Amino acid sequence: MTEGEDGNATHVTTPILSGVPMSEPASEPRVTALREVHEKAGATLVEFAGWLMPLRYDSETAEHKAVREAAGMFDLSHMGEIRLRGPQAAEALDYALVGNLSGLKVGRARYTMITNEDGGVLDDLIVYRLGEEEYLVVANAVNTPVVAPALAERASGFDVEVTDESADYALIAIQGPRSVDVLAPLTDADLDGIRYFAGYEHTVAGEPVLLARTGYTGEDGFEIFVRPAAKAPKVWEALMSQGAEHGLVPAGLSARDTLRLEAGMPLYGQELTAELTPFDAGLGRVVKFDKGDFVGRARLEEASRDTRPRRLIGLLARGRRPLRKGQEVLRDGTTVGTITSGAPSPTLGRPIAMAYVDGDLDTTTGAFSVDVRGRNEDVDVVELPFYKRRS
Amino acid sequence: MSVPTELGYTDKHEWVSVQDGVTTVGITSFAAESLGDIVYVEVPEVGSEVTAGEPCGEVESTKSVSDIYSPVSGEVFEVNEALEGEPETINSDPYGAGWLFRVRTSEEPSDLLSAEEYTKLTEGED
Repeated sequence: MTEGEDGNATHVTTPILSGVPMSEPASEPRVTALREVHEKAGATLVEFAGWLMPLRYDSETAEHKAVREAAGMFDLSHMGEIRLRGPQAAEALDYALVGNLSGLKVGRARYTMITNEDGGVLDDLIVYRLGEEEYLVVANAVNTPVVAPALAERASGFDVEVTDESADYALIAIQGPRSVDVLAPLTDADLDGIRYFAGYEHTVAGEPVLLARTGYTGEDGFEIFVRPAAKAPKVWEALMSQGAEHGLVPAGLSARDTLRLEAGMPLYGQELTAELTPFDAGLGRVVKFDKGDFVGRARLEEASRDTRPRRLIGLLARGRRPLRKGQEVLRDGTTVGTITSGAPSPTLGRPIAMAYVDGDLDTTTGAFSVDVRGRNEDVDVVELPFYKRRS
Repeated sequence: MSVPTELGYTDKHEWVSVQDGVTTVGITSFAAESLGDIVYVEVPEVGSEVTAGEPCGEVESTKSVSDIYSPVSGEVFEVNEALEGEPETINSDPYGAGWLFRVRTSEEPSDLLSAEEYTKLTEGED
């Protein structure tokens, strides 16, 4: 077998972790406050977006299934947290981002994006409104070094203070149908009163946190922002002890990626890049024109009027050979698109993929296949998402 | 991680067992653990010729694709067909039910590592 440089056997064409460049790190990866907890739990740690993160603890398939059927806990401390505080915080975000953040109610969260002047996506974000004059912007780890300075620059004409607080925070996600059972005994919050995409100041395991009902797995769940980060091991251990009887397991980035793919959620670096507008990605709904000027507005107005140049489709393989990012999609033998994310689906038991195809392509006729290293594997075009939880 | 002493090993993480001119090939426990959950295996076809040091199949896990290199030259006369439906057997029993293919060989495979040498190699990589 061939060997990757990190001791994990990897093929020349396939990165071990999707979504980030595989180039050698310029410096030692950063570690989260939970590193020792992960090592004690036997995690396989890999570099991801400049951080040393758990890839999996034991079987990533078992971790995936635990999140679908019980609960899983993730360390997401690599993600970026940027605070905006001041009388014009709302106006600054309306100008800096594509969404209407001034319309966001206090205690609520919203999925949005930041683009460049050309409308290209710089990152997808969750923004929490913590107060009338206070927001927390959560960015992908790999993009935080771009997003934080961009926000500071775009906010410079407004009466608002922008601070990158990423290093102060640890972020723990607990996801899955049993999340409420695990968390309820350890928090002062009335969890039934916290709606999806809401976040408030609460305590968990006696520590003050921002407790949000959000996630990236397609399941119900919570994200717990812990500050200072040094308190994270205490919160993690308390949740893990409480959760054992509910089937809670620690889960790594490998399970996180297959969970979000089944849920049809885009990943920056794969479905979203600076070369694509939100409209290209089929997520034009996050762009709000019923507000004043904002960065990228002119180009995005054009993009909104274009016939959509491409669209994201779901593929389900008939065989067992996994589909991977970068592979070509064919209809009746002719190339019609490219896979952006692909993996074996633990829930469906077969490989799945998301792929971009031309917007006017008729996907209802013809035989679809994927070129997997020179051999065509038969696939069916299916509705996204691949998985939807029963509510 | 286990490394049975009665087997020979390659630096590409295959194990080899030779008995009566028949060489059985699999991947090591170290390789299986490094890859994660194995979800797909492609072994050479029965009747095909494999060449020592050349790729002859693939192992895919959730996050990786790896070539299998044949440790020996010869004709493949048996493959582990059960792996097609249950590739995870390689994770659970890499030296037993997780074997990959058998080759009829005229010569003993050369340059195999002993269990001790292979263990040293993996410790250097771990």
